[in-house]
Amino acid sequence: MSLHNRVLAGLGVTALITACATAPDGSTRIVPTHGPNLGVPASAATLAAMDISIPPSGAGLPAGSGSVAQGQKVYGEKCQACHGSKGVGKPADRLVGGKGSLASGKPIRTVGSFWPYATTLFDYTRRAMPTTAPRSLSDEEVYAVTAYVLYLNGIVPESAVMSAQTLPQVQMPNRGGFIDYSRK
Amino acid sequence: MSTSDPSQVAVPSREGVAALPATDSSRRRFLTQGASLAGTLAAASAAATASAQSVPPWMTVPGAPMRGYGTPSKFEAGVKRPFASGYASVSPATGSSRTPHQSLEGTITPNGLHFERHHNGVPDIDPGKHELLIHGMVNRPLVFNLAALSRYPMISRTHFIECAGNSGANARPKPVQGTAGALHGLASTSEWTGIPLALLLNEAGIAPDARWILAEGADSAAMSRSVPLSKAMDDAMVALYQNGERVRPEQGYPMRLLLPGWEGNMNVKWLRRIKVTDGPAHTKDETSKYSDLQPDGKARQFTFELGVKSLITFPSYGHKLDRRGWYELTGIAWSGAGRISKVEVSADGGTNWREAALQGPILSKSFTRFRLPWDWNGESALLQSRATDEKGNVQPTRQAFVSQYVVGMNYHNHYIQTWAIAADGSISNVFA
Repeated sequence: MSLHNRVLAGLGVTALITACATAPDGSTRIVPTHGPNLGVPASAATLAAMDISIPPSGAGLPAGSGSVAQGQKVYGEKCQACHGSKGVGKPADRLVGGKGSLASGKPIRTVGSFWPYATTLFDYTRRAMPTTAPRSLSDEEVYAVTAYVLYLNGIVPESAVMSAQTLPQVQMPNRGGFIDYSRK
Repeated sequence: MSTSDPSQVAVPSREGVAALPATDSSRRRFLTQGASLAGTLAAASAAATASAQSVPPWMTVPGAPMRGYGTPSKFEAGVKRPFASGYASVSPATGSSRTPHQSLEGTITPNGLHFERHHNGVPDIDPGKHELLIHGMVNRPLVFNLAALSRYPMISRTHFIECAGNSGANARPKPVQGTAGALHGLASTSEWTGIPLALLLNEAGIAPDARWILAEGADSAAMSRSVPLSKAMDDAMVALYQNGERVRPEQGYPMRLLLPGWEGNMNVKWLRRIKVTDGPAHTKDETSKYSDLQPDGKARQFTFELGVKSLITFPSYGHKLDRRGWYELTGIAWSGAGRISKVEVSADGGTNWREAALQGPILSKSFTRFRLPWDWNGESALLQSRATDEKGNVQPTRQAFVSQYVVGMNYHNHYIQTWAIAADGSISNVFA
């Protein structure tokens, strides 16, 4: 705050807008470059509570684990009503199958055939599923149902246990199926 | 026009424009189907104005009093957003509503008619309890509440937002019949006011090797998207106001991310968190959705910028031309790359083109209204519009666009729309 106060006292308010451009229609385009610096330092507790995103590296994955068998039980209770038995889909998205279909002219895009990273399955399930009660699953339940959906797609064995260590190691079949256009 | 039948108002005929003075019209170039200018303005002057001799009833009694918040005339009740959910039985609030372009004019979309796309409904956010966290690869992770943000210097920018899935129905093998809004209504334009995101990121202090941000919403899908840091530092905004009033709940109240010209899904509503990172998070909505599958089975990912596009809004499906003669063709054009530089119109399916007038101000990454007088000879016609932007991008034909992707690839569709006018004046969506 002291820097901010010095700026106000020393230069005056108009100096806070340092960039102005004139648009083709003659109007002035204001681009403020300084603000009042009112952000409050975030506490460790705030960061821990809010940071739920999991990138492909697995950084930030929580403690705990879940097995395919445990996931089958969670799936039957919390997921099957929308995603169908064994992930066949309807009324919500199909989760299983379609491997090898992407170039067939009739592509079937599922977790198994299309999704490039297993971490995305954990991330999305934890933040948004089940759609009628998001954030109601424990981390163990999310690991377990992730393991079960990967198992249904033949990506991990029936004995698999997903955790912060094992999940980022999972190789998805379509890992190389995307072309990065972000710099185009 | 009878005022007792609201349905006639919802899809207005434009026959009234034929009464414009000929001196005004004669200065403008006409579009015709063939080489000759068939028909004359004189033929249109036959439309007589029904002037009642008696005093209309609304002139004989005091009118309605003031209201705290205005609403459209009851006779405009038919102008509304069509909406649908793909998951109606389990998640009815997951879906979209669409701007009824065929009933609107100008370039600014009324707030109540801005399209919606929700991934699990509209959250009921108490603005006093909502906070924005900026963290990750920053010097100081910071939290901003709405009271604090409201004290920051603000900018106003007029920009469109378009869902990547807009016009997706036209990717199907056969044309679906629908209004301009039903087919292309996942695009709207507002004047957005808020704080440059760069200002807030700089306050937190960005680490030198940071390259991306992750933006996350406070809805029950916690919708999240990765955005290159270069865009976040360029023209990104944390928008607090839409067309002068607080952002509507369905548009992200109390704050949303605005990424001018980039696919709507990234303009994260109910913005609660920005994490500065060294790479993309590969969220569900940037891998399994909003990626563009090619015939070879590879998918284009991170196709952010929306292509140059235009659409004739009058006449279009749902309107009917009830006589030959003078009409004003009009529509909207936009591009994620910048300003619209040209819109051409064809009445013969793309063989002959005539340049339309562009209505100023022509703003970057915003709707631009185009207009062109048209003398309809009463025969069948294929109306098209083709936009070009300031970077030289030209709106593609259907064939040029769809051949890049698998059949039915329904994202980022910006090919030329064709409206077929039948001899009876009815209008349909066709592929040409």
